[in-house]
Order: sequence, then C-alpha cells, then structure tokens
Amino acid sequence: MEKLKYERPIINKLQAGMPDKFGMNIGVKVISNIDGIPVSEIIDTYGSPTFVLSEQTIRDTFQEANEAFTTRYPKVQFAWSYKTNYLNAVCKIYHDEGSWAEVVSGFEYDKAIGNGVKGSNIIFNGPDKSDKDLEKAIENDSFIHIDHFDELYSLIKITSKSNKKAKVAIRVNMDTGIYPQWDRFGFNYENGDAWKVLNKIMLADHLELVGLHTHIGTYILTPNAYGVAASKLSELAVRVYRKFNHIVSYIDMGGGFASDNTLKGAYLPGKDTCPSFDDYAESITNALINSEIPPENLPTLILETGRALIDDAGYLVGTVLANKRLVSSRRATIIDIGINLLFTSFWYEHEIYPVKQVSEQTEDTTIYGPLCMNIDVVRSAVKFPLLQKGDHVIIPRVGAYNMTQWMQFITLRPNIVLIDTDKKMHIIREKETNETFNTQERLPKHLS
Amino acid sequence: MKIRNNIAISDNGFVFDSNNGESFTLNKIGLEILQLLKDQLTEDEITAKITEKYDVDTTTFEQNYFDFIGMLRHHNLFEKETF
Repeated sequence: MEKLKYERPIINKLQAGMPDKFGMNIGVKVISNIDGIPVSEIIDTYGSPTFVLSEQTIRDTFQEANEAFTTRYPKVQFAWSYKTNYLNAVCKIYHDEGSWAEVVSGFEYDKAIGNGVKGSNIIFNGPDKSDKDLEKAIENDSFIHIDHFDELYSLIKITSKSNKKAKVAIRVNMDTGIYPQWDRFGFNYENGDAWKVLNKIMLADHLELVGLHTHIGTYILTPNAYGVAASKLSELAVRVYRKFNHIVSYIDMGGGFASDNTLKGAYLPGKDTCPSFDDYAESITNALINSEIPPENLPTLILETGRALIDDAGYLVGTVLANKRLVSSRRATIIDIGINLLFTSFWYEHEIYPVKQVSEQTEDTTIYGPLCMNIDVVRSAVKFPLLQKGDHVIIPRVGAYNMTQWMQFITLRPNIVLIDTDKKMHIIREKETNETFNTQERLPKHLS
Repeated sequence: MKIRNNIAISDNGFVFDSNNGESFTLNKIGLEILQLLKDQLTEDEITAKITEKYDVDTTTFEQNYFDFIGMLRHHNLFEKETF
C-alpha cells in the first residue's frame, strides 16, 4: 500500500481576535521557479545558496520606469546607479537599455569605463573623489557633481593647471517636507550655500555649470517630496539664467524610489504602500513643466533610480539546515542564507517562501541564518510552513544592494547566476573559494 | 506521559482545555498522535504506527515527535509528571 504524504505534527494555540506581530495568515505561497526554471534545478547546478537575477525582469522594469517618465516629459535620461548593483553583466543590461552610468568612487568610475560607457555619459557623484579621479573625469568630459567646497577648490586648482574645462553640477540638499532630511551630501538650498557655490562656479574660468542634482533620501514613500525638490532645483536654474544668462542643461533628481519590499516596523506590506513609477513621474515632471523655466530651455531630466529598478529581478535561493524549538516554544528554522549575504534584512522584512507545497500549515517561526553570531536573524517573526532539513527556500526581491554590500564573513560568497531572456542560465560571478582569500593574504617571514 | 482528562479533542483537530478555556488546533498527524497518546500508546508504538502509514523515516519522525511532545508539554496538556 502506498504511504500517505507526511508533514510534521504541530499544535498551534488559538488567539482569536488578537492581532499579532506575525501578521495575517493568508495561506502558504510557493515560488517554485524563476522565469520558468525550477529552483531545485538552479540549486542542483550552482549550489546552495545562490543569487539569481532575471534579465527579463531587469529589462521589463526599466522599460516600465522609462515609459512612465518619457510619456510625461520630453527629455529623460536614466543613469544606472552602480552602487546598487555593479556586477558587469547587470550594468551592461542597463547600458544596453540606454542608461548612462552614475558612479560614486574611482573604483566604480573605472568599472563604468571598463563596461564601455563613454566618459561623457558618466555622472560622478559622492564625497570621495581624489585629485586623480577628478583629473580623469575632466579629461573624459564626465559630469562631476560637486559635493563640498573642498572639492570645488580642488577642481578650480586642477583646471587652472590645464586648459580643459570641467563639466560640473552641484548636489543640493533641502527640506522637502519629509523626515529624515538628508543634509550630509552637497550644499544646502535653504541656508543659501547652494546659491553661493553656483555663483562661485559661474565666476570660475574653467568650470562649466551643466546641471543641478539632488538626492533627497532613500525608500521615499511620498512622491510629492520629489515635486518639492524639482521645484527648488528649477528655481535655482531660473536664478542662474536670470543672473548669468546661462542655461542649465539638466536637472538630476537622483534616486530613492521605493521597491515593494516591506520596511521593518511598517504596518502594511510594501506592495500595498509603495508608489508606482507613474506616481513619482507625475510629481517630478509636473514640477518641472510648471516651473518658471521657459519651455525652450527645459533641462534634461536625469534619474539615478537604483533600488526600484533592480530589486524585483533578484532572488536568493537556499536550503533549510535545521529546525529547532526555542525556550519560548517558538519554532526556529535555520537556513543557509545569512545576513552576510542578505544585508538588506537589517531594514526589510524579507518575504521567504518554500519552493514546493509541503503543507498548508504554518507555525510562528524565527528564521536564522547559518552564522555563529546572535545577530544573524533573517526574519524575527514570520508564519512559516513546516519545512524539513534539506527543503529549499527562496527569498525574492533582493536585487538591490545585497550583491554590493554583502560580506565575506564566516562563509564564502556564493555564485551569482543570470537567467537571460532566452531562459538560459549564466554564472556572472563565480563563488569564492579559500584560494580567493589566500591570494590576497601575505605572511611575514617569521610566521611562514 | 498522560493527556489530562479535561482536554477535549474533536475529530477535526480542535483541542479545548476546560481548565483555563485555552484552545488549540492540530494538523492531521498531530491529531493522530494526540489520540494515540490519549489511548496511552507508548512512543515506540506510535512511531511504528505513523511510519507504517506515512512516508517518513524513523529518525525524522522521532525528531518531529519529540518536538511535538515538547509543545504539548509547553501548553500544559499532560498530567503533572514526577521526576
């Protein structure tokens, strides 16, 4: 006689009418494949855990964002935010879709050049640009976004030695009615610093003011804040035009659009609260079009969207290592994906699903990573199905920041696989080995 | 290890503790095990019955069984034990 399907026995206490931090139980969702490829096949081929990126989703999401802006505004240019995910394969997809590169270090700048991006299509942001970096960016006609007065004076000094003009913009921070107000980058609008530096640039012999830039924050849920920011930058552009008869070529609204991940402590899931690209586009383009800038002088709108473009395309697939029962009676499940790989679990309540239907039952569960560190908690409280050791799990929406901010800590970093639009799998970053690290280390003679 | 007399178990896995009004739900296998415990079967007898009927090896079931018993104890469903 064929045996019946097994699931482990559970008993759950009923607490009718009491909402708890585990949220609503809406049944057990399963994600069995990525772009049609079974997760079990991915793990069999590339190991566990593995990062997976969907090229189709990257392209679809980019086109959705691009359409939201280009249908509302005549001149739009995206610049791929390298820090969000600077795997060469990923960057090349965005460049293929028409994105420029937005970089924040000499390392990223060289990566963009290596990816075939023309110097004049690179936006160089950030507080850390060495003189060597600046010289290179000037030589390549890249757009240098000045972050502080020291950088302005460095640029004046460097350009005075050569006869080459630097194409510059300034980063402006401002009050857009949201909290927190970022003020550590760039020059403040309200206290007059932004206007002061614009005057200095206009009077410098070898600096050409080409743009105005802001980046009001991250995971911004209020599209209206972008409208406020665009209005303030437009006002600066108008003042520059009136005083110097100089047209600012572009306004760069930076990044910060939210993805559908749920922030820790949020009452509702991100999917229900995050604005769409249309919402952001409506707010920004209305502010620009309705500003005092004459229609013939409308600047190009540059967007450095990162997270909202790539998050949905990334998955982490892994395996259950063990189940435990905590003293509090809470179920604990240990998986082979830890915070060393999933850096964003510090601020997101990442969704986590089984890859096959094992049971309709769930238990209140804490999901731990594999690290021998108390802080390695992927989800502190989640209704989770009854998986056994060896069962596979998938964490969707991990494309942003995890593949750049991950840590080599206790375990080695795994393979990253790209599924192309023909549903073929490619390793785009090899998993690390002990050799990876040993080649970087040196032993002093007396220890070798 | 005996389930307390005042614990009512329905056929669809609803458990009611008349001492304090607390109630619980069981999944199908949990219900079967609880009923077997109520009938005072030993651990070995329960393991034999479940592994014969369901697609599970003895080691896996043993782990799950101990975990389950721990939960029943946590919810105070057993008669007081003397050690």
